[in-house]
Amino acid sequence: MNTALRNPARWVTLGVLVVASVYFLVPVWWLLVSSTKTNADLFSGNGFWFGHFAFFANLRQVFTQQGGIYSQWLVNSAVYAVGGAAVSTLISALAGFALAKYPFRGREFTFNTVLAAVLVPQPLLAIPLYLMFSKVQLVNTYWAVLLPSMVSPFGVYLARIYAAASVPDELLEAGRIDGAGEVRIFGTIALRVMAPALVTIFLFQFVSIWTNYLLPVLMLANDRLQPVTVGIVGWQSQRGIGPTAVPFNIVVTAAMVSAIPLVVLFLSLQRFWRSGLTAGSVK
Amino acid sequence: MTTATSRQATASTRAPAGRTQSRRTPAHLRRARTAALFLAPFLLLFVAMYAAPICYTVYQSLFRMHRDGLGLSAPTQVFAGLSNYGTALADPAFRGSLLRVLLIGIVQVPVMLGLALGLALLLDARTTLFKRFFRLAFFLPYALPGVIGAIMWSYLVAPGLSPITAAAHHLGLHLDLTSNAMLAPTIGNMLTWGWTGYNMLIIYSALQAIPAELSEAATMDGCSAWGIAWRIKIPLVRPALVLTTVFSIIGTAQLYNEPAILHNVAPNLSSTYTPIYAAYDAVDANNFNAAATESVILALLAFVLSFGFLKLVQRRGAAL
Repeated sequence: MNTALRNPARWVTLGVLVVASVYFLVPVWWLLVSSTKTNADLFSGNGFWFGHFAFFANLRQVFTQQGGIYSQWLVNSAVYAVGGAAVSTLISALAGFALAKYPFRGREFTFNTVLAAVLVPQPLLAIPLYLMFSKVQLVNTYWAVLLPSMVSPFGVYLARIYAAASVPDELLEAGRIDGAGEVRIFGTIALRVMAPALVTIFLFQFVSIWTNYLLPVLMLANDRLQPVTVGIVGWQSQRGIGPTAVPFNIVVTAAMVSAIPLVVLFLSLQRFWRSGLTAGSVK
Repeated sequence: MTTATSRQATASTRAPAGRTQSRRTPAHLRRARTAALFLAPFLLLFVAMYAAPICYTVYQSLFRMHRDGLGLSAPTQVFAGLSNYGTALADPAFRGSLLRVLLIGIVQVPVMLGLALGLALLLDARTTLFKRFFRLAFFLPYALPGVIGAIMWSYLVAPGLSPITAAAHHLGLHLDLTSNAMLAPTIGNMLTWGWTGYNMLIIYSALQAIPAELSEAATMDGCSAWGIAWRIKIPLVRPALVLTTVFSIIGTAQLYNEPAILHNVAPNLSSTYTPIYAAYDAVDANNFNAAATESVILALLAFVLSFGFLKLVQRRGAAL
C-alpha cells in the first residue's frame, strides 16, 4: 500500500481522470445550477454558482407555460418511447430467435441485410418517410413517430446473437418432444431465456426514441403531439425575444427536467447498458 | 460472433439427422414455415420503414417538378435523369457543406476516439482508483438526449449568456465562441463531449475481455505499463476501435442537431451548414427532389468512407 501511494504514475493517472471528469461534468453542473436561477441572474454573476434560488418558481412556470403543454410533451415522449420500444422488442425477439434457431435458405442473406441496415443514417430515412406518410395522411398523427420506432435492426442483431449463444437446442427439442408447438416454445422457453437481452433491447430502443429529434420534428407540426425534445427546441428557437417568448431560465429548467427520466434509467440499469455495448464490440 | 453462429447452424442442422428420413422433411418444412411466421412482422415493417424509403429517395432524386411559364397550372413531375445530381454538386453551398462535414470529421473523430481510448486504458489499469465514479462521469453525457446537450452547449457558448466567455473576459481575453471561425470547433466540442464516453465504454468493455494472465505474463517479462498498453491491449481491442470509427464516420455524416440548435443562438450559422441541414432546408422549401438528391449523395459518401476505412484496416490487418 505504501509503495503504491508513492508511485507517481498512479497520481498522474488520477490527475488526468479528474481533469477529464471535470470536462464531462461541469456543463451538466451548469445546467443544474442554472435551472435554479431567475432569468436576470442567468445573465449576471458566476455562471457556475447559485444565485437567487428560484427552482420551484421555474418548475411551476415550466408546467404552466403555454397552457401547461409541457406535461403533454412528457406524456407524448413516454407514449412514443414505451410503445415503440415494447413493440420493437417483441418483434426483434421473434426475428432474432428465428434467425438463430431455424435453418432456412436465405438466412444469412436476411441477417446480413439487417446488419447493413444498422449502418444506414437515420435522417436519410426521415425525409422519404415524411413524403410517404403525407401521401397516406399519417403525418401529424401518433403513428408517424410510432411506426418507424417499431423497427430496430440493432435489436434483431442483439436478439440473434443472444439466442444463438444462450438458448440450448436441447431445451427446444425437449419442448417439441413434449408436444409443444413452435409458438408456445417461443413464448414459454425462448422469451424467458432471452429476458436479459430483451431488457437491453428495450432500453436501447427506449433511449433512441426518447432522444430522437430529427424524425418527430419533420412529422409533427401540431405541438400537442410533439415529444419533449421537439417542444423544448421550439421554445429555445424563440430566443427569448418578444412578449410571448419563453425566458431562457424556463428553457434551461425544462431541458433539465426532460433529462431526468433517462439519467434515472441509465443509473438503475447500468448492467444492461454494458451488455448492449459489449455485444457491439465482439464482432 | 461469426464462429458462434456457424457452430449454432451446424448444431441445429445436425439435430434432426438422428430421425428417420420420412419424418425429417415435414419437420424441416414446418420449421421453415415457423421461421417465416416469426420473421414476418419484422420484415414487413423493415420493408416499409427502411427499404421503401431508400428506394423512394433514389426514385425522387431522378425527377424534378416542372412548372409552366405562368405558374397557373399545378406543377408536374418530369424525369430528370441525373441532372439533379449535377445541380446539387454544382451548388457551392452544398459542396461547402460536404467539405465542412469532412473537415470536422477528420479532426474531431480522431481526437474523440484518441481520448476515448486513452481514458479506457487508464480506467482498465489495475491500480486506478475510483473506477466506478469515473466510468459514470464519462458516460453521463450520453444519458442526456442529444438535443438537450446541444441546447445546453448553445447557452454555454452564446454571447451574453456564456460563462466561458465571461471567464475569458475576466482574464482580459476577447472570446466569441459563435463567431464564424469558432463555429466548427464549437460543434466539434459538442460532439466530443457527447460521444467520448459512449465510445470509451465500448473500448473499455473490450479491454475488460482481455484475459488478465496476458498482462501479468508481460509484466513478469519486464514489460512496462506503456508497453503492455501499446503491444498487447491496443492490438487486442482493434475490432472495438474499428467499430467505433465506422459509427463515428456515419454519425458525423448525419450531423444535424448540433448546428440546427446552435443556429438559434448564432444566426450567422447558415442553414446549409451541413448536408442534412441543407436537405431539411430543401424539404422546408418543398423542394423534395433536391432534398432526395442531397440525401443520396451524402449516403453514398458515408458508405464509401466507412467501407473504404474497413477495407483499409482489413488490408493492414492482413499485412501485420
